[in-house]
Amino acid sequence: MTDLLAKFDGLIAEHAGLLTAGVRDPFGIVMEKVLGPTEAIIKGQHTILLGTYNYMGMTFDPDVIAAGEKALREFGAGTTGSRVLNGTYQTHRECEDALKEFYGTSHAMVFSTGYQANLGMVSTLAGKNEFVILDADSHASIYDGCAMGNADIVRFRHNSAEDLEKRLRRLPPEAGKLVVLEGVYSMLGDIAPLKELVAIAKAHDATVLVDEAHGMGFFGEHGRGVYEAAGVADDVDFVVGTFSKSVGTVGGFCVSNHPKFEILRLVCRPYTFTASLPPAVVACAAASIRKLMHAHDKRARLWASTRQLHGGLKARGFRLATETPESAIVSVLMPDQETTVRMWSALINMGVYVNMSRPPATPAGVFLLRCSICAEHTAAQIETVLGRFSDAAAATGLFREAAE
Amino acid sequence: MSMDRAAIYSRIIELIEPINAKGVALAEGTTFAGDMELDSLTVMDLVANIEDEWDIVMPLNMLPDLETIGQVADAVAKLVK
Ligand SMILES: Cc1ncc(COP(=O)(O)O)c(C=O)c1O
Repeated sequence: MTDLLAKFDGLIAEHAGLLTAGVRDPFGIVMEKVLGPTEAIIKGQHTILLGTYNYMGMTFDPDVIAAGEKALREFGAGTTGSRVLNGTYQTHRECEDALKEFYGTSHAMVFSTGYQANLGMVSTLAGKNEFVILDADSHASIYDGCAMGNADIVRFRHNSAEDLEKRLRRLPPEAGKLVVLEGVYSMLGDIAPLKELVAIAKAHDATVLVDEAHGMGFFGEHGRGVYEAAGVADDVDFVVGTFSKSVGTVGGFCVSNHPKFEILRLVCRPYTFTASLPPAVVACAAASIRKLMHAHDKRARLWASTRQLHGGLKARGFRLATETPESAIVSVLMPDQETTVRMWSALINMGVYVNMSRPPATPAGVFLLRCSICAEHTAAQIETVLGRFSDAAAATGLFREAAE
Repeated sequence: MSMDRAAIYSRIIELIEPINAKGVALAEGTTFAGDMELDSLTVMDLVANIEDEWDIVMPLNMLPDLETIGQVADAVAKLVK
């Protein structure tokens, strides 16, 4: 029998090589206890969480928990069915109502994850002999949506309005086109110049979809995302988002004012052919979304902590992926895989969890330690983190290597 | 624009040289993933350069069928016609 997993031997060896003596596995973290949005016990150790996407700290919000508990008791643990059959409860309806209110749109569709929302929307909107035009740094779920559908896929250079223009110009003017953008790109934490990109897409009669996974809750007047802050809401046809970040639970969605939007429930396979979210989850999401509408204090605290971390790391000599804090993701540039793992390991041993990212998840062979900030982080926690970053750099010789 | 296959092929070789980190001998049958060990991101960036060189569209969904340098040259030759 051929070992079908033999094709991964190279990766198995690489991963084993990563775990040189004394280095912890960056992909094997278990949280034994979760003390709140910003702290957990990992291997018995009190750890500050700085890599969670829990931007608005809603996971332990008392109103969110209460809504979930009530739905769990009243509607049970799960729906055991598809949204289009037996899997739409009053809770799902109310969650979509909350989304419509939050985004000011006439339609909202809740998927089981954000990954599935992108998979479904991208593969369904653009069909044969039509085009998807996507940013080179797009999230895996967008690339996978392209792979699943039948459209021709055209990729433009990351955040380059000029490159998008050039590629749109080469396409047949009459062909259907879907331009897919993200508000925040989660690897480097940079934001898209949506004003320019959306204007170019519209000048070429393209439909525009923006993924606001990492912008919901704290960009724009209503917290709708970077597209709202950029003032292009009227020209964005579909917004995709997730409950797994600012909302603080799990699930994905698409909102739109398109008059024919509802038909997507029947033709979008990642929506139709999977079980709907448990009622407790959508009840948590609805409660959280309604609170995020008015979360001005949290937004202010999130941005203040982000500036503190970004400025502090820069002052300590770390190289960051963005010159200024553009989003609630602060990415620290690392020289190579080995140093990244040693830095990451030193930090976790000191009680700081950050995300380690490497190619192909990252663009252009970049190695990163990614920090994501939570509105519930205190100034004291950020100071502690900054001190530990310096200690970890000293312990691993990061700056010595960088200077060589 | 009419450009013969040989000219296209030699220009493609020039575009590949800078990313030929392993220093593989480049020929018609050289494969991107196998021989050159290029990852998918690098291949997609190369495609962007090829598109710009000839002002053409090479959709990413074509890539699984383009394993060798010769196959890319054929595809470009067809697209520039
Ligand atoms: C840009 C982007 N889109 C979509 C997703 C998928 O979200 P979810 O975790 O809900 O599947 C993510 C998160 O991984 C993301 O970063």
